[in-house]
Amino acid sequence: MSGFLSDTFLAALLFGAVTAAIPLLLAGLGEQMSEKAGVLNIGIEGMMITGAYLGFVGAYYSESLWLGFLTGAVGGIAVAALMALLCVRIGLNQIVIGIALTLGLEGLTAILHHFQFSRSYPRLPAAEVTAIPFLSDIPVLGPALFRHHLIVYLAVAMVVVMVWVYRRTQLGLNLQAAGDKPAALDVAGIDVIRTRTVAVLFTGGMAGLGGAYLANVGAGLFIPFITNGAGFLGIVLAMLARGRPLWVLIGALIFGASLSLTTAAQVAGINIPTDLIQMLPFLAVMAMLVLFGRRASLPAALGIPYERGAR
Amino acid sequence: MLQPQQPAPPIIVLEGVTKRFPGIVANDRVDLAIRAGEVHVLLGENGAGKSTLIGMLSGLQQPDGGRILIDGKEIAIRSPSHALSLGIGTVFQHNMLVPTLTVAENLALGGPWWQRPKIAELSVRVAEIARPLGIEINLSAQVSELSLGEQQQVEIVRALLRDSRVLILDEATSMLTPQGAAELGALMRRLVERGLAVVFITHKLGEAADFGDRVSVLKLGRKVGDIAPERLGALGREALVDEIVTLMFGRQADGDAVSIPPRAANDDTLLEVRDLNVASVSDAPALEAISFKVGRGEILGIAGIDGNGQKQLAEALAGQLSASSGSVILAGERFDGLDVGGRRRKGLRYLTDDRLGEGTVGTFPVSINYFLKQIGDPPLWRSGMERTREIEGRARELTRQFDVRTPGVATPIGRLSGGNIQKVLIARELADGAQAVIFNKPTYGLDLANTLATRQRIRDIAGQGLAVLLISTDLEELLSMCHRIAVISQGRIVGTVENGEGAGERVGRLMIGLAA
Repeated sequence: MSGFLSDTFLAALLFGAVTAAIPLLLAGLGEQMSEKAGVLNIGIEGMMITGAYLGFVGAYYSESLWLGFLTGAVGGIAVAALMALLCVRIGLNQIVIGIALTLGLEGLTAILHHFQFSRSYPRLPAAEVTAIPFLSDIPVLGPALFRHHLIVYLAVAMVVVMVWVYRRTQLGLNLQAAGDKPAALDVAGIDVIRTRTVAVLFTGGMAGLGGAYLANVGAGLFIPFITNGAGFLGIVLAMLARGRPLWVLIGALIFGASLSLTTAAQVAGINIPTDLIQMLPFLAVMAMLVLFGRRASLPAALGIPYERGAR
Repeated sequence: MLQPQQPAPPIIVLEGVTKRFPGIVANDRVDLAIRAGEVHVLLGENGAGKSTLIGMLSGLQQPDGGRILIDGKEIAIRSPSHALSLGIGTVFQHNMLVPTLTVAENLALGGPWWQRPKIAELSVRVAEIARPLGIEINLSAQVSELSLGEQQQVEIVRALLRDSRVLILDEATSMLTPQGAAELGALMRRLVERGLAVVFITHKLGEAADFGDRVSVLKLGRKVGDIAPERLGALGREALVDEIVTLMFGRQADGDAVSIPPRAANDDTLLEVRDLNVASVSDAPALEAISFKVGRGEILGIAGIDGNGQKQLAEALAGQLSASSGSVILAGERFDGLDVGGRRRKGLRYLTDDRLGEGTVGTFPVSINYFLKQIGDPPLWRSGMERTREIEGRARELTRQFDVRTPGVATPIGRLSGGNIQKVLIARELADGAQAVIFNKPTYGLDLANTLATRQRIRDIAGQGLAVLLISTDLEELLSMCHRIAVISQGRIVGTVENGEGAGERVGRLMIGLAA
């Protein structure tokens, strides 16, 4: 099977891997902050699909991808605000509310899309690519890694930003305390509810952006249920990576590669049953859970609403 | 102790502070004055309302009545950060450090979020504060690696970093070794010498006598006594302990009348425990060489400060905890290796203090809770099927017999009051051939009427010729109904006292580690 080693295949695989990894990376980084602060954000899939829909609508009408990203992120934040109200402030069950938000928004976006576009699926023009000078000229790697939309580089840069926030800032300390021992944060004089709300809103923004990327750059159109579990993969990534943003990036690339294998194989003219290849991401999830899942120590207060003075 | 001096104006004054929780009054019109330069000990048994009082001073809870004055001005302490800004620092019983962060990061917690944690600046200030107090602090260590004593020192330094004028230490010695406790005592002394007010909460009488300048005694939510520095300085340690014992355990005029069930002179032992040993599990103390006998119709009390192995003893007898050696013998029959169900069938019954946790299933109806330990057995179950009519009929009968106040037998038991849940448990455990009954804190958390009713029920049980083992941290309760009282301390029976004149004081002295 020399086809697997051909330049075309490799370039297509890597390019696809990056494209598929970006939504997972954004979702994973977002989820990571919620989990660090002690909120298990199952609603992230719903935030993503909202971001995908509103991002697409925004880009479609404004004819600007950037405005699309903005509307997507705002949509995600709006859903996150609802989640923060119900789960952080009122203290309802995070899993139940998360699932309800996801299912509800998947349905809602599908219906809205249907009313708006009937059964047509208008496409956006292909995303403008920013080639990085010199690096993009490297054979195989160049076109695969360094000819992407600007937001891809920004997403990767977010990894560095997040490392800095967690390691170097007061906010990072507060977030970790909110997840590991919220009562300690409270008696230190910091509002736990507010800290967790900030984290959930950030998750919403990142998930919305991830969804918008998925629709506007990855697919170029919106189809109902387009996220297809990307948010849930983000949860898996955040859980496996625990507090380390770099691990989210690595995990996202592994998942991205397995997602893009189907397309890459077709591009390279390799004939493998597609059903088999489509199983790969899930095999990868299972393999990663088996290999690293046991080591994933989650924040002590993850999923537990904070109530002051509760005994 | 304290030199005679002019009393400074109090920093904090509590006037008639009252706090209610569903079913109980945790603090009932408590008055207190906290002054600079004093170690003010708040002494009381578990459930006396010490923690609630601290919760209100540290902003975790709000009083329902009365007022709190700080520097003479009435102030509502809204939140922990508000308490900090008023100069009230609290070191809670369960430590409030984030185990996954370093000491420095924990100390930095609470700064403005947009700033970078000022670790360098912090280390200078920490050194300034810690050195004169003789505390060594390793700022780069992760908190989870520190001993509990070291963690506590970090918390004290943290409170001082925030310029606290009042330092509240809640059960600060409960996790410390005796040596650690002595060091903490010396540290408190240095702190008050520097002009701080220290509030030291404890249930250990000896510590109150050793560390305090002023001692306030709380009992069932009320302040029952206050020993001022002048008086405290004048008393010797012995006399002081005596006085505190009287305050803590002294009989109230309106208390439950003493009525020990009459018992025919007989010496047949019904329940015997011989040399029982149980290994220690996590933070629960081990039981060492526990031996005692309970006769027919006798109530043997087990006194002791909470957490000295009472629960382990009860569970080891009931078979929930396996003993490493020793025997439990009921009516001449050894129970070695018998499981919970087996012991129950032989007539040994256990009423847990954890009524809602292990005692009942809150969401199940009252009727099923009566028969929780017989699920699947005939005649109430047949071939695995529940016979609802039979169960409800019997449940109604028990409800009448034991005067359980419930809307109906189908009501989920979790909706009943503590007293009525206790009645259901008693009804369940007395059924079908009970011979010896172990009660663990049977009146804990009950109101007065139910407390009295439960005590009478226990007396009746003994009156019927059953052996009763009554574990309680309420000494008055034991004195009002037991024939003999054994005292447990750190997993050992340290003495047994025949109930009667002067028994209370002798038991009290045994509880705090003095000879009777």
